[in-house]
Amino acid sequence: MKFLSYLINGISLGSVYAIIALGYTMVYGIAKMLNFAHGDVIMVGAYAAFACIMNASLPPYAAVLVAIVVCTVLGVLIETVAYRPLLSAASSLAVLITAIGVSYFLQNVVLLIFGANAKSFQSVVSLPNLKLADGALNISGVTIVTVISCILIMLALTAFISRTKTGQAMLAVSEDKGAAQLMGINVNGTIAVTFAIGSGLAAIAGVLLCSAYPSLSPYTGSMPGIKAFTAAVFGGIGSIPGAFLGGLLLGIIEILAKGYISTELSDAIVFSVLIIILLVKPTGLLGRKMQEKV
Amino acid sequence: MKKQKLRSNLITYGIVLAAYVIVQALIAADSLSSMMKGLLVPLCVYVVLAVSLNLVVGISGELSLGHAGFMCVGAFSGAFFSKCIQDVLTFSPLRLLIAMLIGAAVAAVFGILIGIPVLRLKGDYLAIVTLAFGEIIKNVMNIFYVGIDGAGFHFSTQDEFALNLAADGRMIISGPTGITQTPKDATFTAGIILVLITLFIVLNLIDSRDGRAIMSIRDNRIAAESIGINITKYKLMAFTISAALAGAAGALYAHNLSSLTAKKFDYNTSILALVFVVLGGIGNIRGSIIAAVLLTALPELLRGLSSYRMLIYSIVLIVMMLFNWAPKALEWRERNLGRFFKTSPNK
Amino acid sequence: MKKFAKIAALAGVSVMMLSSTALAGDTFKIGTIGPLTGAGAAYGNAVMNGAQIAVDEINEAGGINGAQVEFKAEDDQLDEEKAVTAYNSLKDWDMQILLGTVTSGSCLAVSTEAAPDADNIFMLTPSGSQKDCIAAGDNEFRVCFSDPDQGSASAIYIGEHGLAEKVGVIYNSSIDYSKGIYATFRQEAEEQPFEIVAAEAFTNGSVDFSAQLQSLKDAGAELVYLPFYYDEIAVVLKQAKDMDFAPIWFGVDGMDGLLTVEGFDQSLAEGCILLTPFSADAEDELTVNFVTKYQELYGEVPNQFAADAYDGMYILKAAIEKAGATPDMSASEISDIVKVAMTEISVDGLTGTGMTWNADGEPSKSPKTVQIQNGVYVGME
Repeated sequence: MKFLSYLINGISLGSVYAIIALGYTMVYGIAKMLNFAHGDVIMVGAYAAFACIMNASLPPYAAVLVAIVVCTVLGVLIETVAYRPLLSAASSLAVLITAIGVSYFLQNVVLLIFGANAKSFQSVVSLPNLKLADGALNISGVTIVTVISCILIMLALTAFISRTKTGQAMLAVSEDKGAAQLMGINVNGTIAVTFAIGSGLAAIAGVLLCSAYPSLSPYTGSMPGIKAFTAAVFGGIGSIPGAFLGGLLLGIIEILAKGYISTELSDAIVFSVLIIILLVKPTGLLGRKMQEKV
Repeated sequence: MKKQKLRSNLITYGIVLAAYVIVQALIAADSLSSMMKGLLVPLCVYVVLAVSLNLVVGISGELSLGHAGFMCVGAFSGAFFSKCIQDVLTFSPLRLLIAMLIGAAVAAVFGILIGIPVLRLKGDYLAIVTLAFGEIIKNVMNIFYVGIDGAGFHFSTQDEFALNLAADGRMIISGPTGITQTPKDATFTAGIILVLITLFIVLNLIDSRDGRAIMSIRDNRIAAESIGINITKYKLMAFTISAALAGAAGALYAHNLSSLTAKKFDYNTSILALVFVVLGGIGNIRGSIIAAVLLTALPELLRGLSSYRMLIYSIVLIVMMLFNWAPKALEWRERNLGRFFKTSPNK
Repeated sequence: MKKFAKIAALAGVSVMMLSSTALAGDTFKIGTIGPLTGAGAAYGNAVMNGAQIAVDEINEAGGINGAQVEFKAEDDQLDEEKAVTAYNSLKDWDMQILLGTVTSGSCLAVSTEAAPDADNIFMLTPSGSQKDCIAAGDNEFRVCFSDPDQGSASAIYIGEHGLAEKVGVIYNSSIDYSKGIYATFRQEAEEQPFEIVAAEAFTNGSVDFSAQLQSLKDAGAELVYLPFYYDEIAVVLKQAKDMDFAPIWFGVDGMDGLLTVEGFDQSLAEGCILLTPFSADAEDELTVNFVTKYQELYGEVPNQFAADAYDGMYILKAAIEKAGATPDMSASEISDIVKVAMTEISVDGLTGTGMTWNADGEPSKSPKTVQIQNGVYVGME
């Protein structure tokens, strides 16, 4: 029973990581860049929802919608202003560093607007807890919503990419930008759409993260961001099912490590598992083997 | 070609020496503010950090996000030595020298231990694994307690009471508080000497047979392998030297502050070092020096902006990156500022 | 949105004011150092705001020994190295007294710089609680309790009042504040009639406490000791409720501020007990005045950091007056006489009445134990 509780908590945490990782992985797949500011977009999404609920007294679902719109616009804006000029730069590291600059920027803007004090987030989920096995097993409403949204998002994204024209364009751009352009695909537009979707997902992740773990500060996004980045790599960066699997596994390993080994070293354990997996499978669990060009 | 390179290297050494002379003159004339004086040693630390990381990122072409981990190991081992020997060896330059050597050696060992398994990974996978190692090192240092008394060293991962120190015992490393009261041996002169040694090692490596082998692996691994270059050996060589230099920089850092904590060496510090390297131009050693100095001093010089300081800093960072790297910006620079920027800083 | 325009305008103005100088010699220059940006920004800003209120009051009432006070806060981003830089930049500003630093790590780094064998600048930290962070010199004092004091006081209180037999602990292993308190708590608990059945750690940046809570629940903890800050406590209480775990919650001064977290469901905090020197709900004139002013100016309820800083400024005032220091003295001269005066004064403040200091720099004051009932603090004995 103890193990089951840990497992459920792990799945709950893992689903949040997974939603963040999905955003990471989409952007990576297409723009081949690690968007270090992704975690901060999550934070902005959570603040947007917070401001809607606390200051504008909007109902939770409206707040989530506003947060999605805010983040989508923000994501496209960041892409256009800060990343696009660098996507064709001599080194892919240039845009990585700019992403770090954007991350500092977002943190400091939010710090100036909302102040440094942590806010507590009233859960947007009003589902009651689910009690199983005579109350020995307790699943909170947020957990249920998080897990379901995570699965829905993953399925929707997979369908979107394989069924729609835009999705196919994304695949093409991620495969070969030059060839895609020659085929008449609007590469910049496709990348912008990817950022829009990734950032919209970040908003959902932000709201769910802060509903399950209700503490919001300008730096809330950075650690989950790094963990989700780890999760994306874990599953094979660029792969959507990989990000889902990576996120879930990371959450479960983290909670089990805390439960059974050491709470102080849980992060070290998570990272060690990651290293071992990558040494055995150098491109992550579901990553494609990289082709070496001769 | 060779002559040109030598000249370029001499200019780099010259810049460092000139900076040293100017600063000494300013100090002698008492016209350097306390803040700038306090920044001198950290500047040297970050320059060494940036140059050493450039060896991995620029010369060897591997993305490492765990450089602060090596700095951490070097800082703690160096400070540990000085804390133990404090009362026996009182000549501080020698103490600092040995501490830096120990820091470098320990970091080099970690470099080899980490390098052997991970260097076969590529690109972003290598980046995440180095980041993971950096975080593990930080996490483990955070729960480390070491004390010393008449009976020798005591270790614990719980807390200082678990060490059961005798009454005459004293703490050396105490978990999240880290090492306190390390003798303040670091001086600007020591820092500049470390910078020069670092430059000497890195620049000579680049121009040597080994350096060319390392760069050939970066440019075309398969071709390099086909002409019989031992990939693992050369990658590991660059990685280990880089780790050792970061370790020495860490030891210098530790001897400049009376409080050394592991949390300083998280991924943010690794990323900061990477920012120096990329902003200065990947593979461009002189660029790393300038970027490290600029970006370390910038937030301090912006102190007058109070709460808007870090916001402005982030904007400056983004704008500088765009200006230095965006192909369109480079074209524009070529056209309009051709006289000032004869060659673009990046290949 | 109005704030955006303000930010832009202020940024422009402050560029122009990069070098602001004041006439030396006719004002006391008091500086503070703390995290104003970065992960610890909540603490640094609270100290800056709290001290500013005291400075304004003091100046309005005629200053210290007839001289006005100038106050400046510098950012250290929770980093020891930057704390020293901030300290140096305050020295360039001709700081005479340091009301800082806010956090223990920075305090350790700065204390050697300010010690008599270095710069000899008098230092009073409002909130640096680590036991050694004022040990570098005899001119270093603190306003708050030291960590070991809080740890043992908590254990004694729980033991003497028989609150529980099985006690669990959650602590933050990456900050010395939390770990230091826990270590002495555990030490003292051995003498007390209760048993620590489980102690679980977490690290900075953790969002999830369910595994820790699960272990405590399984170990049958009746009381859970939470020696860390209120923002994380808010998450712990929420997650505990989600898993139907309802022990007695017992916190230290870091728990103060819980009720002021915007958006926090206050019913979660019902019944929490905490040892704190300051409570924003106290009804004495001093507290009411301070809390009202703070809310008017900064739109928030002050926490203990702000209160410590406010008290700190008045303690400095008392010590300077006792010593008869004047603003034309150098920092070193002030330090030499104020450190003597510190051991002779007794101050009534927000965080204690009749506070006195010994030569080691430790304050003597007793923590109040309060319980949260219906969303307010109710004093316990």
